[in-house]
Amino acid sequence: MEQLLENFSLDLFVKQTILFLVLIFLMVKFAWKPILTALNDREESIQGALDSAEAAKKEMQNLQADNEKLIKQARAERETLLKEAREIKAKMIEDAKGEAKAEADKMIAQAQAAIEAERKSAIADLKSQVASLSVDIAEKVVKSELSNKDKQLGLVEEMLGQATLN
Amino acid sequence: MKVITKTLTSLSLILLFSLTAFAKGDKKDGQNSQGDPINTKEEINEYIQHHVKDSHDFHLFSYFSGGEEHHVGFPLPVILWGENGLTAFMSSAFHHDDDGKEIVEKGGSNFVRLHGKIYELNAGATEVAFDEAHHPTNASMPIDLSITKSIFGILLLGFLMLLWFSKLAKQYKKKAIPTGFGRVLEPLVLYVRDEIAKPNIGPKYRKFTGYLMTVFFFIWLSNLLGLMPFGFNITGQLAVTAALAILTFVVYMASSNGHFWSHQLWMPGVPYILRPVLAVIELAGTLIIKPFSLAVRLFANITAGHIVVMSLIAIGITMQEQMGAVGSTLLSFVLSLFITLIEVLVAFLQAYIFTMLSALFIGMAVEEPEHH
Repeated sequence: MEQLLENFSLDLFVKQTILFLVLIFLMVKFAWKPILTALNDREESIQGALDSAEAAKKEMQNLQADNEKLIKQARAERETLLKEAREIKAKMIEDAKGEAKAEADKMIAQAQAAIEAERKSAIADLKSQVASLSVDIAEKVVKSELSNKDKQLGLVEEMLGQATLN
Repeated sequence: MKVITKTLTSLSLILLFSLTAFAKGDKKDGQNSQGDPINTKEEINEYIQHHVKDSHDFHLFSYFSGGEEHHVGFPLPVILWGENGLTAFMSSAFHHDDDGKEIVEKGGSNFVRLHGKIYELNAGATEVAFDEAHHPTNASMPIDLSITKSIFGILLLGFLMLLWFSKLAKQYKKKAIPTGFGRVLEPLVLYVRDEIAKPNIGPKYRKFTGYLMTVFFFIWLSNLLGLMPFGFNITGQLAVTAALAILTFVVYMASSNGHFWSHQLWMPGVPYILRPVLAVIELAGTLIIKPFSLAVRLFANITAGHIVVMSLIAIGITMQEQMGAVGSTLLSFVLSLFITLIEVLVAFLQAYIFTMLSALFIGMAVEEPEHH
């Protein structure tokens, strides 16, 4: 302890204290403050960059999810559109077929009616022609028959003979 | 301009990190008054004792040629405030005398140097008179403002720290990541901030990092400088470590809050009868033991390291009789190399411990009560 105190130099103590205080002041002013501020700023900027990268990643994921959703929606829509189109096509074909059939039936019916009418008129025409022809024939036959008076009289006689008068 | 600063940085680095291991070999042939090499155990002991103390001149080594002792080094300015006011002269005026024989007349006063301390002779005295314990009886001690070896080292370190770290600070203005030597310094700064200041002090660390960083780098570089050949022993001076410890004490006392003092004086959660006893213990710890242990731990570790390294080097001389010249030199070389390497570790460790404990004490003083 005595040697310890002998080693202690008050002059050096005072000088060291003053010099060290000056050193602290100078170091804080010219070194530590700017260094620590710069380090803090750098760390903050790194943190900020990391955060924003994370945010961008999240946004990207959101966008991708949105995209996928949109694609899914579009796909479903296409699917329904195609289905509808197919249905419409089938229906149209069906409709067209029905219409065509109806038209054809109608036409056939019309044709049949026309044919019937033609036939009827032809038959009527034929009938009238047949009638006039038969009248003519009859006239001619009658005329020739009647021209032979004897025969007629014989025929009347025969007929009268056959008729039994009850 | 850039080249100059670069060269300056490199030179300062070389200055700090060269020739660490075989440094002290030169000092075996140190300064002594008899004019012959230091050979005996007593002389070696005295030399080591002399080395760990502060000195007024910068002495690198001595050599002998033609029976004469030549000293290599340079003088440092001596600045004194004595009876006749301020006086300044170079330490070479003492001609390496340390026994009070060489009298320097300056500014109307007579000064002598005795065991590393400068005395001012009383008016009229022309020679130092000693009492039985070899203390001077007719001289007083002036206020010594000299640039001693330690002060020179402190100034050198302060200059280097300012140079290196302000350069690092400037680099950040231009780019986010430093280059060159700054890349070495940045992790150290981050280490002190993240491993010492933040965990020990807590959220209020920012206010104290300036102090802690200065302390850390000052102690560490001082310790390293002490391992170099120039014979600095800054952190091995009790005055220096005491100044550092008392600054820590002032910092944690000045920043202490009510929560801290309530725990100091009236510890909650213990029986009432024990509280005054605890208060005495706590107060003794805070006011005396903490700063005292800080100062003595650093001083003792560094001084012990210096003494051990020098003693091991001295084995080369003291064991010559038993082991022969080659054996003792080899043994001293191997052992001192080993211890010097350990001292490099101790240099960092002591800086870390001092800074860490300072941070811890500050952290205890500024701690806020927990809200439950």
